[in-house]
Amino acid sequence: MLLQYRAAALAGIGTQIFWGLIRVMIFEAFYRSTTAPQPMKLEDVITYVWLGQALLALLPWNSDQEIRGMIRSGTVAYELLRPVDLFNLWYSRSVATRTAPTLLRSIPIFVLAMLYFGMRFPPSAASGGAWALATLGAIVLGCAISTLINISLMWTISGEGVSRLIPAMVMIFSGMLIPLPLFPNWAQSILAFLPFAGLVDTPFRLYMGEIPPSHVFMVLAHQLGWTLALIAIGRFVLSRGIRVLVVQGG
Amino acid sequence: MNVLNTLHLYFRYIGISIRSQMQYKASFIMSAVGHMFVCLIEFVGIWALFDRFGSLRGWTLPEIALFYGIAHTAFALAEGFSRGFDIFPSMVRSGDFDRLLLRPRSTVFQVMAQELQMMRIGRFLQGLGILLWAAFSLNVVWTLPRILLTIGAVLGGVSIFSGFFVLQATMSFWTIDTLEIVNTITYGGVETAQYPLTIYRTWFRRFFTFVVPLALINYFPALAILDRPDPLGTPEFLKWISPLLGFLFLLVTLRIWQFGVRHYSSTGS
Repeated sequence: MLLQYRAAALAGIGTQIFWGLIRVMIFEAFYRSTTAPQPMKLEDVITYVWLGQALLALLPWNSDQEIRGMIRSGTVAYELLRPVDLFNLWYSRSVATRTAPTLLRSIPIFVLAMLYFGMRFPPSAASGGAWALATLGAIVLGCAISTLINISLMWTISGEGVSRLIPAMVMIFSGMLIPLPLFPNWAQSILAFLPFAGLVDTPFRLYMGEIPPSHVFMVLAHQLGWTLALIAIGRFVLSRGIRVLVVQGG
Repeated sequence: MNVLNTLHLYFRYIGISIRSQMQYKASFIMSAVGHMFVCLIEFVGIWALFDRFGSLRGWTLPEIALFYGIAHTAFALAEGFSRGFDIFPSMVRSGDFDRLLLRPRSTVFQVMAQELQMMRIGRFLQGLGILLWAAFSLNVVWTLPRILLTIGAVLGGVSIFSGFFVLQATMSFWTIDTLEIVNTITYGGVETAQYPLTIYRTWFRRFFTFVVPLALINYFPALAILDRPDPLGTPEFLKWISPLLGFLFLLVTLRIWQFGVRHYSSTGS
């Protein structure tokens, strides 16, 4: 299905690269404005940006159009009739919709960024492996957040509000907008504690060897701890949601 | 008389659009606030970078805020008022455009008047807020010409962004794909215009000066407001008339639109 819309996929890749270039140029300009030592080298920031552009769609940055449609039209009632656990169903949906398209799109971006735009390989195989593991952690965590966003749709008709606020928080606190080490020093411990760092920042810094590969288990523990907590919250909110859910007939 | 009549009709159209959006008031407020929050986050990012790096190639945060404020205020207004052009491709696909052709008003008027997107007030307010913050923090004497130029820059920016929307809509007469490219330039343009064009690489700067006239939106006017010489050597008068060139751009895109309308053939569906 994904290969059916080749023009759309190409346009998407073009967009991603265009944005990546703008952001790389902005960081270059900032780095050229100062001689003071920075918490991150410019080359690392560039690699960070391209990793982000390639893996953008893994992030929980929007709600599921189909679930939104189901809640609006009332067909969500059929979902409740299915003999499967609704949370598990929606969670697996989000794993499926987030991973397949992203991985397909990411390959050409990786190749182009490596060849032409200054992205680097991980310094060692261990760093690469640690990054791959942490990316899996980021996927399970991201899907827990995106399932939570989808559940929030049960309360608002237009699907705005929470489903817009969470993605905004994801964008800034994950490191997608600006690598987290570049935020003020006083904010670092808060940023490291929040779940969002596990989506982008810690996996990417493992890739660059900024976080040594031996620390991968701490990163995974942070990701999985938050995943379990968010799944518990999601289940609780969903069970409340089903209890108050009124499906308008028609 | 004709103009008055058209204006009257425009307010009727817009009034209906606003009333329909106000049917779900809580939903409207939430989406407007959400939109404002999303936009504001961009500025938080810029603030964090200034906190870390101190300055951007000689520019200070209030100066960048002036660029940012003009770009976002202009884009929000364009997005709100030209929303009709944004959703236009679906009108072509469904054949709804045929009905517009039958009515005794210009197509530009009808497409534009069909919706005023109120939610955009979120971006507008944050853009305006940051623009005002910049105005007060800058060491600029706000003489009347400067104030007029700032307002002119915003209006010129609205024209250019609206021009992009018109071009995008015009393309849908020929193709329904590849529209994402135009989107990239529009949204990428806002992102780019948040900073002075001089910080970018030469090829990129040229593209956004000569191919896509983004420099007109805020780079030239802001230089005049801040009383800074242009390192690229733009003559002084060009900085002051750049908003007018923005209007000119919109006029050109509207001519292209009319060309498109003449070559339109319905899908028949």
